[in-house]
Amino acid sequence: MAQIDIVDVGHTYTAGAEQERWALKPMRLTLEAARTYALVGPSGCGKTTLLNILSGLVKPAQGRLLFDGSDVTALPTKARNIAQVFQFPVIYHSMTVYENLAFPLRCRRWDKARIEARVHQVAEALGLDHRLRQPARRLTADDKQLISLGRGLVRDDVAAVLMDEPLTVIDPQLKLSLRRRIREITEQFRPTVVYVTHDQYEAMSFAQEVLVMKDGRVIQQGTPEQLFEAPASTYVGYFIGSPAMNFLTVERVGGQVTLAGRPLAMAWDVPDAPQIQVGVRPEYVKIVGEPAANVFPTRVRGVRDHGPQRVLEVELAGQLIKVKTPREDGVPATGQILVELPRAKVLPYVDGHLATTPRAADPE
Amino acid sequence: MTLDATDLSLTVDGVDHLKDVTASFQPGRLHTVIGRTLAGKSTLLRVLAGLQRVDSGSLTRHGADFLTTPVWRRDTAMVYQQFINYPHLTVFDNVAFPLKRAGVARDEIRRRVQESLARVGLTEFRRRRPSQLSGGQQQRVALARALVRGAGILLLDEPFANLDYKLREQLREEFKTLFSDQGDAVVIYTTTEPAEAMMLGDVVLVMHEGRIIQTGPPGEVYDRPATTTVARIINDPPMNIFTGRIAGGRIAVDDLQVTRVPAHLADLPDGTYQFGLRAPDIALASAGLQAEVTFVEISGSETFVHLALSGTGFVVQIDGVHDIALGDRVSMRLRPERLFAFDHSGALVRSPSSGPGSPEGR
Repeated sequence: MAQIDIVDVGHTYTAGAEQERWALKPMRLTLEAARTYALVGPSGCGKTTLLNILSGLVKPAQGRLLFDGSDVTALPTKARNIAQVFQFPVIYHSMTVYENLAFPLRCRRWDKARIEARVHQVAEALGLDHRLRQPARRLTADDKQLISLGRGLVRDDVAAVLMDEPLTVIDPQLKLSLRRRIREITEQFRPTVVYVTHDQYEAMSFAQEVLVMKDGRVIQQGTPEQLFEAPASTYVGYFIGSPAMNFLTVERVGGQVTLAGRPLAMAWDVPDAPQIQVGVRPEYVKIVGEPAANVFPTRVRGVRDHGPQRVLEVELAGQLIKVKTPREDGVPATGQILVELPRAKVLPYVDGHLATTPRAADPE
Repeated sequence: MTLDATDLSLTVDGVDHLKDVTASFQPGRLHTVIGRTLAGKSTLLRVLAGLQRVDSGSLTRHGADFLTTPVWRRDTAMVYQQFINYPHLTVFDNVAFPLKRAGVARDEIRRRVQESLARVGLTEFRRRRPSQLSGGQQQRVALARALVRGAGILLLDEPFANLDYKLREQLREEFKTLFSDQGDAVVIYTTTEPAEAMMLGDVVLVMHEGRIIQTGPPGEVYDRPATTTVARIINDPPMNIFTGRIAGGRIAVDDLQVTRVPAHLADLPDGTYQFGLRAPDIALASAGLQAEVTFVEISGSETFVHLALSGTGFVVQIDGVHDIALGDRVSMRLRPERLFAFDHSGALVRSPSSGPGSPEGR
């Protein structure tokens, strides 16, 4: 497994054209060895271009790519020692499961005993050790994907495993179990993994670190918890989490942020800007009984049952926000409720971007 | 115009695809059929649409036999899981297609298609072709085409299953607008997702292995699942079900005392039960039962932590997104007041919404 350094790498498919457009804007990024990363974003965000640059399928228009410090920018795919799992399983249908897993090792002229030991070790991790003699073509799509992954993992010197939407052709009901196995296997073998998906759910469940991409750049990199707790932009607040983060336009009177004419205290420094929004997750808006600091009157506009939770849509200062509440708590009959926007959970946004960092000296 | 199914059965290669399915589908109501993959949901819809024969049973519409009514006279519109549209037609013409075929007048077609496109939010895309649309938009086109006919029976077979969760979230928000105002149509919607059944249905029908195993308003099925199987199907993650013993005011799993007996179970005789507890009703606590993290998933804004407690698996749902490593040791605490009790056969004995001494009516 290798550390991957992406140094000022950028790419355009329209070089020399009148309107040169970056599919991937020049970026600097380090992916640590033995960690799992997910690249997530809508189609056209540049995630596939970045993956193709890592695999060698695309040569970047500029910049350098380092695997453990050595420059691989000019190397073809086969010289990079990477393993790839694609949307569709790529396996040898004429071979057995065993032969599929042994193939990369035979190509490397490992001796027979060493191949056998390693194939059995990987097959056991994949849960396919009892099916080694079966023809690979008989397997279901999810088992075929596991073999695609296993063929990468048998090589104990593989620099990185690159996965491109590996659950695309998997039946929705089997996605969970396959994702679970992929995650368990990567925890056991600990390769450097880069996993591309358009699905937030997959990215957040799979990776130790998630890179949210949009318009050719990484707009935020962090652990799933960091992305959830402090989205760097209103887009990330919408994209990560369900229901999306609430955003409210607030006033700034003197040094004080106000909402509906009442002061709104925040644990963050708020810059002076003509328009300020605050973001707060529906999970953190609290329904309370008594007026207090950061408590605002609202009117219930809608109720939706999700199972154990209800999502209330309430109107606060003429703006709609969502509030998540346990189903057992019931819905107030009056239609009027007080909600608290907890000081530590309200974040300021200016021009769509998180406006500041937490106060270092803050007791919270 | 009710649609009544009585004892519908279909066996294929010795497997029951439908088994004694009896249900009364009411006009103007939204019915959600929930079940896992291969529970028989799609088969049932195909039978109602006239695309699938049955071995036995009857189907009547407003009292008249419907099984022998040919497909084209059933007045049925259907939306499938896959986005099925005519690729060579514009969005407008895709939606207009069934009306044109029915010989509806031009002005009327224009009016109804525009209305239908507005309802699914595609007015500005009417001149595009399906290939120029996202998956979610393509499925809206299929929905609009099904809605535009004003068919007497509207069948929706997991229409959002192939969409990613952000799109599903958005379409679910529009459920009420999408499917309200269907007049006297019988609307039947199949899904594997409890949240959709809870949000949508006037009536929920729970299907398992070809049978309908419980029918009722969503809240009732949710609060009083008749069996452990229903309890698993109607919850996501599936309700935790574990075998334990009530003895001396405590509940024990194997030799491990897990909690006290709560008030609503206080009058149950000592003995072995199957207990049910929803994932949000288990908390990670600073002190409690020691368990090991075996898997972690993040679904939207919730973290599902899979735990092993001396051989028994539990799933815990916590609000928010948390970085928890596999293999970590954590403490968990059950909320006894939220326990369901089932007997050895899996039938509900007591739920949290029923007090002591009030056995569950079935």
